[in-house]
Amino acid sequence: MRVTIEVNGRETSADIEDRLLLVHYLRNTLGMTGTHWGCDTSNCGACTVWLDGLPVKSCTTLAAMADGRSVRSVEGLEGDTLDPVQQGFIEEHGLQCGFCTPGMMMVARALLDRDPDPDEATIREAISGNLCRCTGYENIVRAIRWAARKQAETGRSDREAEEAVL
Amino acid sequence: MTATETPSPDTLTSPAGNPLGFGRMLRKEDARFVRGQGHYVDDLVLPGMLHGAILRSSYAHAKIVSIDTSAAEAHPKVKAVITGKTLEGLNLAWMPTLSGDVVAVLATDKVRFQGQEVAFVIAEDEYSARDALELIEVEYEPLPAVVDARHALDPDAPVIRDDLEGRTDNHIYDWEAGDAAACDEVFANAEVVVAEDMIYPRVHPAPMETCGAVAHMDKVTGKLTIWTTTQAPHAHRTIYALVAGLPEQKIQVISPDIGGGFGNKVGIYPGYVLAIVGSIVTGVPVKWVEDRSENLMSTSFARDYHMHGEIAATRDGKILGLRVNVLADHGAFNGVAQPTKFPAGFFHVFTGSYDYPAAHCKVTAVYTNKALGGVAYACSFRITEAVYLVERMVNCLAFELGMDPAELRMKNLLRPEQFPYTSPTGWVYDSGNYPRALEEAMRIAGYDELRAEQAKRREEAAKPGADPSAPLMGIGISFFTEAVGAGPRKHMDILGLGMADGCELRLHPTGKAQLRLSVQTQGQGHETTFAQIVSHVIGIPPEDIEVIHGDTDNTPFGLGTYGSRSTPVSGAAAAVAAQRVKEKAKVIAAAALECSVEDLEWEHGRWYVKGDHAAGKTMAEIAMAAHSSLELPEGVEGHLDASVVYNPPNLTYPFGAYICVVDVDPQTGAVKVRRFIAVDDCGPRINPMIVEGQVHGGLADGVGMALMEVIAFDSDGNNLGGSFMDYLLPTSMECPSWELGETVTPSPHHPIGVKGVGESATVGSPPAVVNAVLDALQIRAADMPFTPAVTWRALQGRPIRPDLAIE
Repeated sequence: MRVTIEVNGRETSADIEDRLLLVHYLRNTLGMTGTHWGCDTSNCGACTVWLDGLPVKSCTTLAAMADGRSVRSVEGLEGDTLDPVQQGFIEEHGLQCGFCTPGMMMVARALLDRDPDPDEATIREAISGNLCRCTGYENIVRAIRWAARKQAETGRSDREAEEAVL
Repeated sequence: MTATETPSPDTLTSPAGNPLGFGRMLRKEDARFVRGQGHYVDDLVLPGMLHGAILRSSYAHAKIVSIDTSAAEAHPKVKAVITGKTLEGLNLAWMPTLSGDVVAVLATDKVRFQGQEVAFVIAEDEYSARDALELIEVEYEPLPAVVDARHALDPDAPVIRDDLEGRTDNHIYDWEAGDAAACDEVFANAEVVVAEDMIYPRVHPAPMETCGAVAHMDKVTGKLTIWTTTQAPHAHRTIYALVAGLPEQKIQVISPDIGGGFGNKVGIYPGYVLAIVGSIVTGVPVKWVEDRSENLMSTSFARDYHMHGEIAATRDGKILGLRVNVLADHGAFNGVAQPTKFPAGFFHVFTGSYDYPAAHCKVTAVYTNKALGGVAYACSFRITEAVYLVERMVNCLAFELGMDPAELRMKNLLRPEQFPYTSPTGWVYDSGNYPRALEEAMRIAGYDELRAEQAKRREEAAKPGADPSAPLMGIGISFFTEAVGAGPRKHMDILGLGMADGCELRLHPTGKAQLRLSVQTQGQGHETTFAQIVSHVIGIPPEDIEVIHGDTDNTPFGLGTYGSRSTPVSGAAAAVAAQRVKEKAKVIAAAALECSVEDLEWEHGRWYVKGDHAAGKTMAEIAMAAHSSLELPEGVEGHLDASVVYNPPNLTYPFGAYICVVDVDPQTGAVKVRRFIAVDDCGPRINPMIVEGQVHGGLADGVGMALMEVIAFDSDGNNLGGSFMDYLLPTSMECPSWELGETVTPSPHHPIGVKGVGESATVGSPPAVVNAVLDALQIRAADMPFTPAVTWRALQGRPIRPDLAIE
């Protein structure tokens, strides 16, 4: 079947097998390897991307389900400068091996778009569908708090924040 | 400024604002990772690359009657199907393990655990390869499985390893350490002896990235390149050369970005070999990447130690001795990755952090119908098991004596003046101040206040009409001593390869440097901290030092990153290389300044003439001079570089004191970790931010193992932990906000005084959590993981074995 999917603001189109998973569409069909694949069962969240503004696990989403819709992945986070979430992960050492990081950041960006000033408990709940084996989550929480503070200081108006459906 | 006024190098900063040495520095690695531009094995695409998939055994123990691959071969996108028979023709059906056993690459005669490799399909894409697995017909004749290690040596137990000539049972080895007779005498005369059985269940490192490889055999040049998830690229290269008979100079192992290792990526798995064979057979690159179930079911597990401990003491709480019997479940093949002379790893450091003369352990290892492994998951060669044993036994003693476990520990901890300390089993602890670390943890925790709160809660709970749902509060302590940085090559080797590591430091003419390492980061931040080590010694900015690793063609030989050995061994190599460069720079500076080397003084990054501070040369100027036409003294070669092989004189012994506070729901058995306090001493911290990150991750491991993680089996040998829906990892909800502290006791033998830290928290934290849960339940013993069901049963006085399916 043929699908047309907007990925990070760019239209993509390909003939694919009906069963192709969205994670493989991104990684193999488009060659965008920033989105990772870690478990097959929606548990680890390494594959998290946005589908029409909401985080989804792309390892259990068919590419066909994204037909005519928009996807945002880690490659779409950086604008003229790094997204505050990306910068926060660097500043607070929110990553070690980097494998869970793209999925974590996509969830973090979505959280801050709907709640620009989340407390620790809210952050922990938001990232609870994403596993990390390196950081014990402490610095991920701090990274997201860093990003929230940074946004508040700079009055950053995110494109997705304006368009957020939540 | 005179030399005596020179500030500590670590207070100086570089033009980019980084410390010129130790200190908090943001990681060089992160720029690529936050952009999704890491390069992991599965990200690699080569022209013409094919994809492999492995057919695995559905049985734990069965004879292979026949394998029919014809339908799979007829699949239009399948290029080849490889079975054990194919490999027998190449003499590759079996390969050596890291423990002197052999393991099947593809099963030929029998399958010996569920998930064992049976056939390999190579197809145009990964979906087709997996489709074709369904087309392979394997006829099995099921055999009874040995699941419970405690029955592996029963006279009627099925013999798992009938491939080994003359084998009539499932016994692998017996190994002992310590003085049994002296120990028995102490126990015979002791006022108090407490015995306890405990299981350290089978768990899995489960890094977020599974294992995989891309192999490319260039038929024209004969060069094999393999990009693979390995923590030890050089060791892998040598083993491929030995196993496959390939010329070692024609093998390049590249370990790109690795999505976590934790010991899971030390060994060589059949999938790697199959990717290589696949490339040889098809003539094009072959990628193989396992899925999560394959990772959990077939790659290196950890622990599976059944331990019986006995502790002897005086009635007033002076520990006199500890003896242990261990039944070690090694799975179907003995594939433990550890120094050759130590079949039970470093378990015999089990005497821990306390001062007593008598100790003995006996370890009996057996085969079972489970996956192989045993040393993994940040265990420091089984010190995890050792620390769990001693810290649980000390708590059992405290329970019996009615003593506070902190007081009992304080009474028995080694004292600072006892270092270097030779333990009853022969380890030489390099340095430590243990009471200070425990005091610090108790101070941060507010230990006395916590105990007071607990007493008050218990008092409330005992009153008539008390709330039956009121949480039970528990406080757990552990104190650990690690032994990391394997190791002196005289004593430690893996498959005959001594555990010394090479390092090369080269300054370019402009003063920028490259540092080549034998070790391999899987997230530890080597690209940053190793630059800081060099900067600490020679004062050039860390941003000017490029760290190169993970490519055997471009780095010196060494044994790799596991057992927290990178900093103790390769960190020392880097420091020594930098010191040699600094000394060579002095000679070149003297030539350039036309003075004697004796006239030169060092300030961070610069040699200058004593009494004439303006007359000096920076490292960058010296680097240029070293490459120039400057005439150098007789015997001094140009250029500015150094090459080192570091053979550590001893291990380093980091230590720490941990306190965990839990609340247990008495009606559901759910455990909530309220607080976790961790005081670590790993010597001076090269990058405190990175050290804290390492500790955080290890603490989460401890919470995971104590509360959630276990790979259990049913009586047929079916793996009950084969996905992340069954094998539970801690999330942000189970982990508290960690409270860290530190003390600093340098290692006397490491060139810059540092100790390893990567596994400290994973080793030290499980007993703290378990001791806390048991303290909450006010019972002496029960086995982890304390899932709600296990905790509830323990609370009812009917504890269960967590490693087997509940019958």
